Amino acid sequence: MKLISEKRELTSRLFRISAPLISILVALFVAGFLLMAAGVNPLLAYLEIFRESLGSVYGLSETLVKTTPLIFASLGVSLAFRMQIWNIGAEGQIYMGACGATAVALFSGIENHSLMITAMFLAAFLFGGLWGGVAGVLRARWQVNEVIVTLLMNYIAILGVDYLIYGPWKDPKGFNFPLTAQFSEAARLSEYFDTRFHSGFFLALFCALLMYLFMERTVWGYEIKVIGSNPKAARYAGMRTGLAIFAVLFLSGAVAGIAGFSEVAGLQHRLQHGLSPGYGYTAIIIAWLAKRSAFGVVIVSFLMGVLLVGGDSLQLSWQLPIAFVYAFQGLILFFLLASDFFIHNRLRLIRGGQHA
Amino acid sequence: MKRFALLTLTLMLALPLSATSVEANDKRIKAGFIYVGPVGDAGWTYSHDQARKEMEALPFVEPSTYIESVPEGAESARVITGLVRKGHNLVFTTSFGYMDATLDVAKRNKDVVFMHCSGYKTAENVGNYFGRMYEPRYLTGIVAGKMTKANRIGYVAAFPIPEVIRGINAFTLGVRSVNPKAEVRVVWTQTWFDPGIERDAADSLLDVGADVLTMHQDAPATLQAAEARGAYVIGYNTDMRSFAPNAFLTAPVWNWGPLYSRIARDVQDGTWKPESIWWGMQQDLVRLAPLNDKIPAEVKLLVEEKTEAIKAGKLHPFAGPIKDQNGETQIAAGVIPTDGDLLSMSFFVEGVQGTIPK
Repeated sequence: MKLISEKRELTSRLFRISAPLISILVALFVAGFLLMAAGVNPLLAYLEIFRESLGSVYGLSETLVKTTPLIFASLGVSLAFRMQIWNIGAEGQIYMGACGATAVALFSGIENHSLMITAMFLAAFLFGGLWGGVAGVLRARWQVNEVIVTLLMNYIAILGVDYLIYGPWKDPKGFNFPLTAQFSEAARLSEYFDTRFHSGFFLALFCALLMYLFMERTVWGYEIKVIGSNPKAARYAGMRTGLAIFAVLFLSGAVAGIAGFSEVAGLQHRLQHGLSPGYGYTAIIIAWLAKRSAFGVVIVSFLMGVLLVGGDSLQLSWQLPIAFVYAFQGLILFFLLASDFFIHNRLRLIRGGQHA
Repeated sequence: MKRFALLTLTLMLALPLSATSVEANDKRIKAGFIYVGPVGDAGWTYSHDQARKEMEALPFVEPSTYIESVPEGAESARVITGLVRKGHNLVFTTSFGYMDATLDVAKRNKDVVFMHCSGYKTAENVGNYFGRMYEPRYLTGIVAGKMTKANRIGYVAAFPIPEVIRGINAFTLGVRSVNPKAEVRVVWTQTWFDPGIERDAADSLLDVGADVLTMHQDAPATLQAAEARGAYVIGYNTDMRSFAPNAFLTAPVWNWGPLYSRIARDVQDGTWKPESIWWGMQQDLVRLAPLNDKIPAEVKLLVEEKTEAIKAGKLHPFAGPIKDQNGETQIAAGVIPTDGDLLSMSFFVEGVQGTIPK
């Protein structure tokens, strides 16, 4: 007798929607045992997670602040994934976007708010885009694997930003600490409700809408999907795959770069080490779970925001160690990814050991 | 005798004050701590957590809360706010990278007192504090300079920021005060806490022939590397001798307890004001861990002598003349640098092998 997995031929719509929900419940159930072992009532803990992240204006604002960069980065990543181009470099593209926006904020001397913000946005778009575009050129012209290139370019981008903040861009009044000067008021996005919630979130939603229209309603979006699912057919149909590969990686990097703009202009108001705590990597998981759909990205990013913000409350209210929080978040992701597997495959027991 | 007199004087001054103030108001202190590493790091965060527990022994202090491994930068503002919203009225943020976030949260929560460690900003309800770690660092340099045979000492260092540079310089000045031929090699790790990276950096220094190591990191990985390869090592943050029973010489260590208790008391009786506190060996905020018996008696004696001189204010590790790596005079003869100069130090002294990113 042995256990095999096989592809499902048909997946019912109900199952596709309910599987992730079931998997979250299973994850909460399993994590419940961990919580009980730590002497915490799991129901109270879950209630607290939701109360902390959604139960007040403040909690909700923080969850949305967390959701914002995740949406941008995940949109960028999923755009490339649509074409079966694996952009693992959103993290670096975020850093480059932040770098471009910061260059404008610090050195352009623009005083008009809208002009400044627009210029910062465009710089972030361009920097992130070019960073992704490098991998595009290499892939399109010389078939260099974009997974490796985008991944390694993350390290270059992060170290490049380090170079700038330890060196030429260091705040002259900052006691030699590795930070740029704080941005002027003109270079900051508006904040609302006396919280850190800023207009970057609306930009993220708008971006998701544009992405949806681009993918579903334009010829380019259609080409991307065709090239992704059948490159040979695409070539026969006269599509210029090389150009498309470059364009997609450029656009993918550019959208991820906007996350960098939104973080420095909306939240941090300066460039510093540790700008992104791994948003670019979380984005890969989000894009996967969201099935590369723009609206899916918004929803999954928000859920991830709840999970990340709510995770704090486990430490805050019960003094659970950070390792526990990581284990808890890891469990949830593990079950979510498992549900993705079960949507497309099923397990079957075969009797007698004959080969299928 | 002198010390006894001082003690009595302090007690006489302190006792009536605290006695009246406890009667005067019944304000309770609920303190929260933001830590950059895990409390089990055996180093920096552990030293703060020990002091937190010490502070809890005060009668007006309620059980306190800590949050560990909080990322530096804007991310931390949410966690700090979380503490405030849970009713904490005194918040300690214990790493440089929390500075902006601390000020940002403080602006929105005027009724809470914030104390930020190792930064330079203050506000209406924000003070900062740190210790003159360069004093015991200098003393450990003397030990290292005497114990090295290769005249090559390795220094595993986190980030090229003034705090770390100051430590490397003080250590090197100590080394060169007893052994002008010795040099100190610096390797940057770009992390406060990552045992794997710290271990690699320590091994690389041993590979190029260093026979004494020291470090400015939060984990004891450098000590373990030295122990495994039969070198000597000087720790940091806490007395880490259990990680390297044979290799361990001594360590410059933190003793935050008295300061934290004083801050809690000041906030309780309403005398707290926003200031920059920078205590040294004199106030016992920084110390030297007990010297290992492998260190010869005359070296121990020398270290003791210098310890007393520092405590008495007769010896300042950075008293001029001090030259940088290029042989240019940075601090002129007879000059004692200001705290501002020390806080923004960005050059390496003669004898350091390494570069500061410009």
